[in-house]
Amino acid sequence: MSLSNDRIKERLAERFGEQVSNFAEPYGMLTFEAPKDQNLKVMQFLYEDEELKFRFLTDLQAVHYPHLQERELAVVYHLHNLEDNSRIRFKVFTSTATPDVFTATKLFAGANWMERETYDFYGVNFIGHPNLKRILNVDEMDYFPMRKEFPLEEQTRVDKDDEMFGR
Amino acid sequence: MSDHHINLPEGSIGKQTTTLNLGPTHPATHGVFQNVLELDGERIVSADSTIGYIHRAFEKIAERRPLYQITTLTDRLNYCSSPINNMGWHLTCEKLLGVKTPKRVDYLRIIIMELARISDHLICNSIVGVDAGAYTGFLYLMQYRELIYEIYEEVCGSRLTTNIGRIGGFERNFTPKAFEKLEKFLKEYPPVLREFNNMFKRNRIFMERTIGVGPISAERAKNYGFTGPNLRAAGVDYDVRVHNPYSSYEDMEFNVPVGSTGDCYDRFLVRDQEMWQSLSIIEQAYRKVQEFSGAESEVYHANIPEYYLPEKKDVYTKMEALIWHFKIIMGEIDIPPGEVYMSVEGGNGELGFYLISDGGRTPYRLHFRRPCFVYYQAYEELVKGSMLSDAIITMSSLNLIAGEMDC
Repeated sequence: MSLSNDRIKERLAERFGEQVSNFAEPYGMLTFEAPKDQNLKVMQFLYEDEELKFRFLTDLQAVHYPHLQERELAVVYHLHNLEDNSRIRFKVFTSTATPDVFTATKLFAGANWMERETYDFYGVNFIGHPNLKRILNVDEMDYFPMRKEFPLEEQTRVDKDDEMFGR
Repeated sequence: MSDHHINLPEGSIGKQTTTLNLGPTHPATHGVFQNVLELDGERIVSADSTIGYIHRAFEKIAERRPLYQITTLTDRLNYCSSPINNMGWHLTCEKLLGVKTPKRVDYLRIIIMELARISDHLICNSIVGVDAGAYTGFLYLMQYRELIYEIYEEVCGSRLTTNIGRIGGFERNFTPKAFEKLEKFLKEYPPVLREFNNMFKRNRIFMERTIGVGPISAERAKNYGFTGPNLRAAGVDYDVRVHNPYSSYEDMEFNVPVGSTGDCYDRFLVRDQEMWQSLSIIEQAYRKVQEFSGAESEVYHANIPEYYLPEKKDVYTKMEALIWHFKIIMGEIDIPPGEVYMSVEGGNGELGFYLISDGGRTPYRLHFRRPCFVYYQAYEELVKGSMLSDAIITMSSLNLIAGEMDC
């Protein structure tokens, strides 16, 4: 691997300075955080930079942290540099009140459905997405089911006992 | 639910094109998903895909389950090669927990995973044949998938949704009968596959039907996030087994076949070559398994009492084993906090697991990166302007599995 995590970190710091933060390397994958209005700029820099060349979007998803004030939703991008075979992960945090994040569809055609899925389950509003509607759930659904305020049913619950069908 | 489920496209009255509903339950889609095709004569003007018919909320369910219970969810992703999904999940857990598996386990896993890859590609290639009008190859190869399923049965007891292996290894050692069945498969399958190829590879009709159909350039394929055989058919030599080796794939010698045009014919050829490579990998792994001697030749799991169920006879006789058994079954083991992304080369491409643990008993968040879901969005681009019958064959050569798409 010719592209080391330290080098990626250096390049990012050169370009974005203090704006990219919280660098970590859990299980060897470089992870960092960017402000949410900078997500596209960071991605474009990673994509276009002649040294970094992160031109493959492996995955995109959201995580809900209800206990974090004003940054309840994290959108996580996994990018891959196929030439040097290095992977990075970066996150942008946003609040559930204004879950607006710029879309990555201009850079990666594959982001289209991934963002629709993220919208479907977490309600992240991707600004500029060509077709942001639900993908796996029914169109009529009026909540975002993967958020933590919808816990799965308690296994020991008794109020749903049914004479015919039991639990 | 109201009547606005039927959404006629705007201006659909008095228009010049025909709207055709392909799916959700159409035999040619080989799964439950819908394509609303706009046709001008027999040419496709646009295709709008609707998916989610068998969405089962696995990611949500996984947030309430201890690690070992999630394996059964992964079975149901790509059900043509469920052992790869199972192994991918075990490897993800092992990465998070920092478990090092013994070499023999790695090799046995490789055998199972490559068998699964063969069964996956075998289905896909023979279905391409069916959609091109040749049913014979499908029926013929199907008999040999049976041999693979018998091996699974011997190892884990089930056939389709296998739940094979455990965190740290296998639930039981391979029996001599399992190896016998493996040998039988290795002996009987190659001549059959060769015969199948004779029927298709240089068949004039098959070539006319597939060459130049549903092509994609390497650039577009990468942009769409294609992985696996579909990306390699476009000419990009990306294979997770080579780029990020797992389960001792680095000990194996194999080639990564690539195509050039990314059309149905190239996808067929790449899958075919991969089957041959898989056969050779299985043979190598089997040879390595046989080389172990003494106590090593009986090892089938790592020594991790916190996550691996103790043997039943110990549970009845030893206090400690009973405690571990109870704790594991009740899901009372805390997972160390951390976040991990692990991917394996599934039947259709990079199958990724993104697991976040906050130190509780269940994952805080688990996301499956399903290759089918990622590349199905390119379908419209692949079929636009082609004939209806080409759209069908493109769909089957992409190997779309509804279970994997909807998760």
